[in-house]
Amino acid sequence: MSGKKTKNIPPHPQDGLLRTDRIPHIWCSGCGIGTVFSSVIAAIQKTGLPLDDVAMVSGIGCTGRMAGYIKLDSYHTTHGRAIPFATGLKLARPQGTVIVASGDGDLLAIGGNHFIHAARRNLDLTVICVNNLNYGMTGGQNAPSTPFGAKTTTTALGNPEEPFNFCDLAAACGSVFVARWTSLHIRRLVDSIVKGTKKRGFSFIEVLAPCPTSFGRRNKMRNPLDMVRFYHERSVIRNNINPREAVLDFSKNIVVGEFVDIERPTWLDNYQLINRRELGEWPDLYQKAAPPGRKAAG
Amino acid sequence: MAREAVMSGTYFMNGDEACSEGALAAGCRFFAGYPITPATEIAERMSSRLPEVGGIYIQMEDEMASMAAILGASWGGVKAMTSTSGPGFSLMMENIGLGLCTETPCVVVNVQRAGPSTGLPTLVAQGDMMQARWGSHGHYEIIALCPSSPQEMFDFTVRAFNLSETYRLPVLVMADEVVGHMNERVVIPAEDKIERIERTRPTSPPEKYLPYHPGPGGVAPMACFGDGHRVHVTGLTHDERGYPVMDAATQEQMVGRITQKVSQNAGKIASCEMADMDDAEVAVVAYGISARSARRAVCDARDQGIKAGLVKLNTVWPFPEDLIRDLAGNVRAMIMPEINLGQMVLELERCAAGKCPVRLVAHAGGSIIRPAAVLEAIEAALKEAR
Repeated sequence: MSGKKTKNIPPHPQDGLLRTDRIPHIWCSGCGIGTVFSSVIAAIQKTGLPLDDVAMVSGIGCTGRMAGYIKLDSYHTTHGRAIPFATGLKLARPQGTVIVASGDGDLLAIGGNHFIHAARRNLDLTVICVNNLNYGMTGGQNAPSTPFGAKTTTTALGNPEEPFNFCDLAAACGSVFVARWTSLHIRRLVDSIVKGTKKRGFSFIEVLAPCPTSFGRRNKMRNPLDMVRFYHERSVIRNNINPREAVLDFSKNIVVGEFVDIERPTWLDNYQLINRRELGEWPDLYQKAAPPGRKAAG
Repeated sequence: MAREAVMSGTYFMNGDEACSEGALAAGCRFFAGYPITPATEIAERMSSRLPEVGGIYIQMEDEMASMAAILGASWGGVKAMTSTSGPGFSLMMENIGLGLCTETPCVVVNVQRAGPSTGLPTLVAQGDMMQARWGSHGHYEIIALCPSSPQEMFDFTVRAFNLSETYRLPVLVMADEVVGHMNERVVIPAEDKIERIERTRPTSPPEKYLPYHPGPGGVAPMACFGDGHRVHVTGLTHDERGYPVMDAATQEQMVGRITQKVSQNAGKIASCEMADMDDAEVAVVAYGISARSARRAVCDARDQGIKAGLVKLNTVWPFPEDLIRDLAGNVRAMIMPEINLGQMVLELERCAAGKCPVRLVAHAGGSIIRPAAVLEAIEAALKEAR
């Protein structure tokens, strides 16, 4: 705002969840993170959760800056460590809702080990991964999401590595809710974030977002609209398919949808049952279904 | 049968177990850790004790995660601890820095073994003392305590929590393998005899609250998750609102605050014990397990009529500069035994400032310092001084 209050700007419906005194934000023109960010805010508003009991945790990178703009208890931690920080926060205050916002490099390169273990434990976290196919903050380097052959500042002739299928990885590790959208699928994205937030357990939502500044300009999509159009033309919604088949083949199509929605006791459910000796002894354990509701899930 | 949080009574237990009991007595209700010799017994004890008192034990996937998790738990309003040894301590360094920058109370126990690298996992050393001071990047002040017995593992862990809650920072308990593994008598006091300090919480309304505006003593009240203050916490350089500001002035202000809250209270934080110092001509300045070797050497020297005394440093960081400066003018020599090739002795020399000679008794790790080696140094120092 830089102190210029010449015009009377009417309030925005999301102002209540925005640190308006921190605007303008740092995201580039044409970046998809802003859209994802407003979708997260819309989803939080839609859940009706008491806002003082919702926290956002992020790591480092462009997406990590979300925590700095949201008017919640918000924690901008170290690179890759949003999930373990969120683990402590959630288990210390199980009645709270904890949303992790992380970029592809933050979450699945430097933070990859934490991601797979949190999914295995089924910690009650909602993890939103903005996948812009590269390290944007540092100027566009190769990431674990960079498509094979794509150019970045560290793969000038093309990326020689195969990327992860994040959704397949999340599902394989035990995530109870897995979805992928692009930053164009706003209504569906908001719905998935609402579902993920209400779901007890580890929910994972990947959002493909354009990064014209760092990724697009090296891959013949310099104009912000080029990448948006690319996603618009090639996205195919295929709900409930095995995420292994939800391959991101940029030369053909981009499979999006809600892929996984299952029930499994959370880490805290089982911690409490085991410590109350209610599950019997290994290997003859009594299976317990996930309890309904959101109270004290961890 | 679930045991109480404070297991008042007299026990025969090892230092690692005593450390766990100290944590519980101080009010710790969250532990995240990763197994590592010789600190594993702390995690094992916490894993069985925390569920008994309604707390959370979680074994994380590595030490980076463990450190991050206890910071998260602390912002969740719970007293939290992790424990480790050399290699794990190295992995924790980045997030110890996050804890310092975000002013997050928590306790990190390092049961030191010999390094560098994997080193001697089962054998003692005191080689991480400078890492404790400077291991995370950037400039900061740290508080580190050095227990030299299982009883002190209990007592100092309680104090570590109290210091962390008072000054809002990660406090280090720099133990070692021998102290961690030796079994001795440990007296756990009655619950009402244990001093427990809780972090100051804000009293101002959320719209007026500045999360990094220091109160009396230089420390800001801390609003935790769910308190309704909607605080932003970042490892970026931040102003008193907690908002990132990328300039030199804000950096100066923030680093000034996190260093001064420790340095300006160094006198209150410092703790040491004197033995036979009233007429001492030679002072053995020691910490941790080496203070036990030093105690024996001082007794042996006294038996020979040598006026030796012991200054046992219970807190090593901040280094008790004033104490050592005064001491240097009153003795003929100072001796420091330590299980590294000379770390804290550098501080001793700095503060002695040439007023008296300083002698190091050292080896690289794997065993304690022999009392006879300290006695030899006492004799040699006195000979040289005459």
